[in-house]
Amino acid sequence: MKEQSYDVVIIGAGVIGSAVARELSRYRLRIAVLEKELDVACGNSSRNTGVLHGGFTYRPGSLKAECTVEGNREFDQVAKELDVPFKRTGKVVVGFNDEDLRNILKFKQIGETNGVRGLEIIDKDRLYRIDASAGGEFAMYSPASGILNPMQYTIALAENAHANGAEFFFASEVTAIENSAGRYRISAGNQHFSARWVINCAGMNCVAISEMLGISGHQVKGFKGEYFVLDKKAGQYLNIPVYPAPNAKGGFSTHATPTIDGNVLIGPDSYLTDDPDDFAATRDHMQGLIADGSKMFKHIKRDFFIRNFAGTRWKRIDPATGEVLDFLIESRADKPGIVNLIGIESPGLTCALPIARRVVGRIRDREQLAPNPSFNPVRRGIPPFAGQPRERQQALINADPNYGEIVCRCETITKAEILRAINNPLGVVTVTGIKNRTRATMGRCQGGYCETRIAALIQETLGSKETEVLYQHAGSYLFTGKVREDDHHAA
Amino acid sequence: MQHKQVIIIGGGPAGLAAALELYHNGVTDILILEREKHLGGILRQCIHDGFGLLRFKESLSGPEYAQRFIDEIDRLHIPYLTDVTVLDITADKKVLAVSKQGLLEFQAEALALTMGCRERTRGAISIPGTRPAGIYTAGVAQSYINLANTMPGKNVVILGSGDIGLIMARRLTLEGAQVKAVFELQPYPSGLPRNIAQCLNDYDIPLFLNHTIIDIKGRSRLEGVTVAAVDEKFAPLPGTEKDYPCDTLILSVGLIPENELSLQAGVELDQRTKGALVDDSYQTSSPGIFVAGNVLQVHDLVDFVSAEAEKMALGIAAYLHSHSPQSTQLAIRGDASITHTVPQRVSGEKDFTLSLRPSRPAQNCAVQICQNERVIATQTFRKVLPAEMIQIPVAADLLAEAGDLEVRIAC
Ligand SMILES: Cc1cc2nc3c(=O)[nH]c(=O)nc-3n(C[C@H](O)[C@H](O)[C@H](O)COP(=O)(O)OP(=O)(O)OC[C@H]3O[C@@H](n4cnc5c(N)ncnc54)[C@H](O)[C@@H]3O)c2cc1C
Ligand SMILES: Cc1cc2nc3c(=O)[nH]c(=O)nc-3n(C[C@H](O)[C@H](O)[C@H](O)COP(=O)(O)OP(=O)(O)OC[C@H]3O[C@@H](n4cnc5c(N)ncnc54)[C@H](O)[C@@H]3O)c2cc1C
Repeated sequence: MKEQSYDVVIIGAGVIGSAVARELSRYRLRIAVLEKELDVACGNSSRNTGVLHGGFTYRPGSLKAECTVEGNREFDQVAKELDVPFKRTGKVVVGFNDEDLRNILKFKQIGETNGVRGLEIIDKDRLYRIDASAGGEFAMYSPASGILNPMQYTIALAENAHANGAEFFFASEVTAIENSAGRYRISAGNQHFSARWVINCAGMNCVAISEMLGISGHQVKGFKGEYFVLDKKAGQYLNIPVYPAPNAKGGFSTHATPTIDGNVLIGPDSYLTDDPDDFAATRDHMQGLIADGSKMFKHIKRDFFIRNFAGTRWKRIDPATGEVLDFLIESRADKPGIVNLIGIESPGLTCALPIARRVVGRIRDREQLAPNPSFNPVRRGIPPFAGQPRERQQALINADPNYGEIVCRCETITKAEILRAINNPLGVVTVTGIKNRTRATMGRCQGGYCETRIAALIQETLGSKETEVLYQHAGSYLFTGKVREDDHHAA
Repeated sequence: MQHKQVIIIGGGPAGLAAALELYHNGVTDILILEREKHLGGILRQCIHDGFGLLRFKESLSGPEYAQRFIDEIDRLHIPYLTDVTVLDITADKKVLAVSKQGLLEFQAEALALTMGCRERTRGAISIPGTRPAGIYTAGVAQSYINLANTMPGKNVVILGSGDIGLIMARRLTLEGAQVKAVFELQPYPSGLPRNIAQCLNDYDIPLFLNHTIIDIKGRSRLEGVTVAAVDEKFAPLPGTEKDYPCDTLILSVGLIPENELSLQAGVELDQRTKGALVDDSYQTSSPGIFVAGNVLQVHDLVDFVSAEAEKMALGIAAYLHSHSPQSTQLAIRGDASITHTVPQRVSGEKDFTLSLRPSRPAQNCAVQICQNERVIATQTFRKVLPAEMIQIPVAADLLAEAGDLEVRIAC
């Protein structure tokens, strides 16, 4: 089989792989991104809280602390460049007792050492004024924190990388890597790739890929967290993320976070898992979320529940002590051509671009990189209809009448947006791909109204058969076929 | 901004019946706005029969029932727009809608809200497990099969015994799928007895009461569900877990009136029905805004929907005459034996029909409507079921001028 040759192969198209691809596309390099799923953002990059963190719980001098503060500061600019919805809401870390206060003060100190700006202890009155639905007797207020849509951010990075020349290969699970004569030969799906550089951005599978690259000894441990998604009707009550005081190690239990789209997330909690593919919701944890979440957000009620999901932070662990370690960006003299990323757990979203720049730095340490003369950092998303002023909505319809046809009634997503998502630059075909790009099916009826229409539009646009319409993963067919053959086949 | 006497939002059976009744009462400056390509509402996908037994004394399919109204609308040239979605309404009865031609703005004297309802989803009832393809609400499965000619799956488990789920059990069986069982959390079915008989018993599909799904398995496509019996508090009983391999899960776990627009106009809702609080003219707390059909309360028979919408139309006609807001004096309250009443308040000045549902099945009982400790209306039943809405006509001349009404089911 023909081997496709690149300068750099990136394994994994989560937020990290996509950010690395985008930063590398600033240079004249042939870049391939290999992803086992059918789209970007199918792993933990779509299974998190979507908070742009401030950086006050990470050990001073750590890569986590450094990248978080850097990523936080630049994000207004990044969001603008990539057309990603983002709001610098600030965040409150609330406490109820003396121990909470001690922990909060400790992390305020750490935050200040890390260079987090504006941290402030506030009393119950001020907390109430910032958000009347937040629980707590006092709080630390962090004005730098914010919220973003993590799927859209990942998609934006990937689309921008693609526009600047990086190639994405989906349904391409990396199963073997060989090193021969200074090049890596990579088997992925049914294809073979070769490259001088391999970047391991495989998230939950980073250790497995690391072993394939011949670097053993790393260990990660999965801290799974479950969530409830609440209706936008709950969103009116919450305008800022409300976190409980961290424990002595800086870990948070269940919090309440408004999403950039106006919902509320309750979660995540945290418990151990060893299955990289375990995203199931479980009864006990669902109950725990309601109990703990109610302390942060007073308005939890059953009528608001629209969905559950889970994600897992894969933390790097010291094999000897079991202690959680910092992010690792590893490039070793004895293994030239590898940048190995291990344990990029929370706040990986906030740190994606800073991490990506450090990866580029590792390559630049070894070879001269020529700038890509046509690099354009700007990417435009699909113009939304919902939430726009009337003149803008009228203008959208004038330019494209499909903006006048509502497909998703809960989120007011139009046919024009769905068609643009289907025809997106990365060429994605699943209902989830459309959902992550437009928000269609994310509302309170969860696709009850629009999924039929989206499936039909996918079929029509791509000319696929019923059995080929997929929900998310390979094999996730929506239909088993026609009910009846078309008329001319019928007797 | 166009002016209209009455704008009807939703061209389902409620909207259609309202339009015709308004027309027959001399109100002709009407416009129906419907977001689908065709009038008819949810009936378009209900190709089974059993519609119209009360109204037309014959068994029609959903589309046939709707067509009788649509034909009449066309014959009388009552104006309607399809492919138009209403985005926003205000308390002073302005309507903003969107179509391929652009935004449309109207000022109405009265609004008739007939937007129907939506189905409760997996997320709303928080079923644990993974999130593969192959999980559908019954109405979605129905629209795939009946409107899009696509089969959602082959090996089916159904959760919830609502009517649409029962009808889909039969439909899927007829189309060659294997329906393994229906599981219902409550100790009694939530669908009509005739659907239990005609859709499950006739096809040997077992119904398990007091059961629920406690886990869902499968990464890509659904691979199976785990079911367990539950105690009186609906907690799963350890040791009763059983796995059912299947590629499709159909949920028929309830309908919720679609009141997003009503809320924008400040219409007050009833926590129990999830529909508006109305008086005997079907007027809401917002003067000039009226509601009927599934957006007011979930009906089990479309015949009741049409009748309710006609009464609403009379209320609108009277309102256009007098422009009087809710003329309500008497509140209606139910005890624990019933789930709700509609209307929730009455004027006491005209005859009305009281709709209610029993909160649990019972035999040989009487529905009593009392005022000032006096029984003013009573109707006896050999049995009552939560699945069957009860409607009782009440004559105004039986009512005293003051004193709220109490409703109960006595057995
Ligand atoms: C519960 C939770 C909450 C979080 N909250 C926040 C937050 O609020 N703010 C924040 O900044 N961060 C947060 N994070 C962290 C953030 O989500 C992650 O750090 C980030 O998404 C990691 O991105 P990634 O690209 O490394 O991983 P992933 O998104 O998991 O991407 C890895 C990709 O590699 C692919 N892959 C794996 N193996 C192979 C293979 N063999 N071949 C090809 N492809 C492969 C996978 O399919 C996947 O797409 C949270 C994380 C979790 C789990
Ligand atoms: C799946 C299903 C199966 C049923 N099966 C039976 C049965 O077998 N027998 C029986 O007697 N009854 C059945 N019913 C009940 C009966 O059909 C309904 O009670 C009846 O259709 C309700 O009428 P409606 O006009 O209130 O609502 P609908 O029929 O739902 O009509 C509402 C209309 O409003 C439109 N609309 C909503 N919002 C907007 C907006 N913002 N802008 C524009 N248009 C809007 C919708 O598109 C829809 O056409 C069933 C109901 C459902 C949901």
